[in-house]
Amino acid sequence: MAFEPKIIGFLCNWCSYTGADLAGVSRIKSAPNVRVIRTMCSGRVDPSFVLKAFQIGADGVVVMGCHLGDCHYQEGNYKTIRRIPFLKRLVKDFGIDPRRLRLEWVSASEGDRFAHLVNEFTEEIRSLGPLTLSVHTELRKKTPEAVAV
Amino acid sequence: MSKPKLALYWAASCGGCEIAVLDIHEKILDVANAFDIVFWPVAMDFKYDDVRKMEDKSIDLCLFNGAIRNSENAEIAYLLRAKSKALVAFGSCAFEGGIPGLANLTTKDDIFKFVYKESPSLFLQDGGVVYPQPLNTMADGGLEIPEMWETVKALDQVIDVDYYIPGCPPVPSQIWGVIEHIVSGKPLPPKGSILGAGVKTCCDECKRERKEKKLKQFFRPYEIEAKPEECLLDQGIVCMGPATRDGCGALCPAANMPCRGCYGPPPNVKDQGAKMVSALSSVIDAQEPEEIEKILDRIADPMGTFYRFSLAHSILRRVEKS
Repeated sequence: MAFEPKIIGFLCNWCSYTGADLAGVSRIKSAPNVRVIRTMCSGRVDPSFVLKAFQIGADGVVVMGCHLGDCHYQEGNYKTIRRIPFLKRLVKDFGIDPRRLRLEWVSASEGDRFAHLVNEFTEEIRSLGPLTLSVHTELRKKTPEAVAV
Repeated sequence: MSKPKLALYWAASCGGCEIAVLDIHEKILDVANAFDIVFWPVAMDFKYDDVRKMEDKSIDLCLFNGAIRNSENAEIAYLLRAKSKALVAFGSCAFEGGIPGLANLTTKDDIFKFVYKESPSLFLQDGGVVYPQPLNTMADGGLEIPEMWETVKALDQVIDVDYYIPGCPPVPSQIWGVIEHIVSGKPLPPKGSILGAGVKTCCDECKRERKEKKLKQFFRPYEIEAKPEECLLDQGIVCMGPATRDGCGALCPAANMPCRGCYGPPPNVKDQGAKMVSALSSVIDAQEPEEIEKILDRIADPMGTFYRFSLAHSILRRVEKS
């Protein structure tokens, strides 16, 4: 079976989620690979959410928030603009291609931009291939390395 | 009535936890009075077979320190689990992999290659490289040594653990507090509890004065002379305090050294390194991507700093082999 990327999208409630909604009601066709999780702000996305997504099988993670200056909470996305590049470094140190983690700004009126980014990111992850981590197999095991007593 | 039985064991550890137990000083005599010590390889002469002969669940309290990194560690962990009523992951290594868990940054092959082939202190006879073999068959029988694992594990990733006592090593006053509680016969906390530690962060115990953090540059401890009264993180020194559980009394910051994070993540935090990324991102005072990258470049060895004790127990557990 052909590889279909599993992508987790953390979308801020005020801009990007509404933007995704606009893409939907405008009937803009886009790849179905992004599983959307709505957060109140892109600044709410704790780095552990992203690591957890990779842990349980995501091939890519995209965080979307309001454009800089547009944050509903004034400066939430300014935290994000520091957090995600920092997290990319950590992800890279863990041996995961940092291109699998993306930060994008999508406003409530940018349905077309949302659809375009989703398609582009899906294709990029498709070309990177599935993400396999040793923690995936580890978590599937019922008893870790059983040893006779 | 016979005394309750106590066992102590060290797996992949440095022995510091055992010294921490002895650091309760003369109270160790109270421990000896209250408990019948049935197994303690570092201090008393017992054999594994002595434990094998015990009845299941006959040990009342087992303090297990050290990570699990080879088949012997695991075998004794399984054995002590079967024989113990209450089993405690004692110290950072048993709790979350600790310093041995940093082996998860690399691979078993690379470790063997360095240790047995490339280490400058190595003297290779006839140029021959010998890697340890779990089983050697010779004319008069086989010789077995424990097999090293690819990935170092925390104790609860191998067996069921009842309680945790964090710390590298746990501070003696906290150890005594836990032992005293058990000796007194008071009801035990719910299974899975973290004993001998607080429910806040190291910063809450730290005496240094904190202001609003706005960081333009990070420093390593030797690069600046830190002001003794001010928060180390305020001064740009990467201190794990915000992402570390309290309980130690903030010993390291009191001695002018940043917190290393040995008490593990605070309550409701799964991944200490991720939490540290979150904390530091909030206090960096920059909005331009280039400037942010420049500031981040100054953080030396993020993996080794943020996951110094918790890599094996973190969300991703190990670095992927390339």
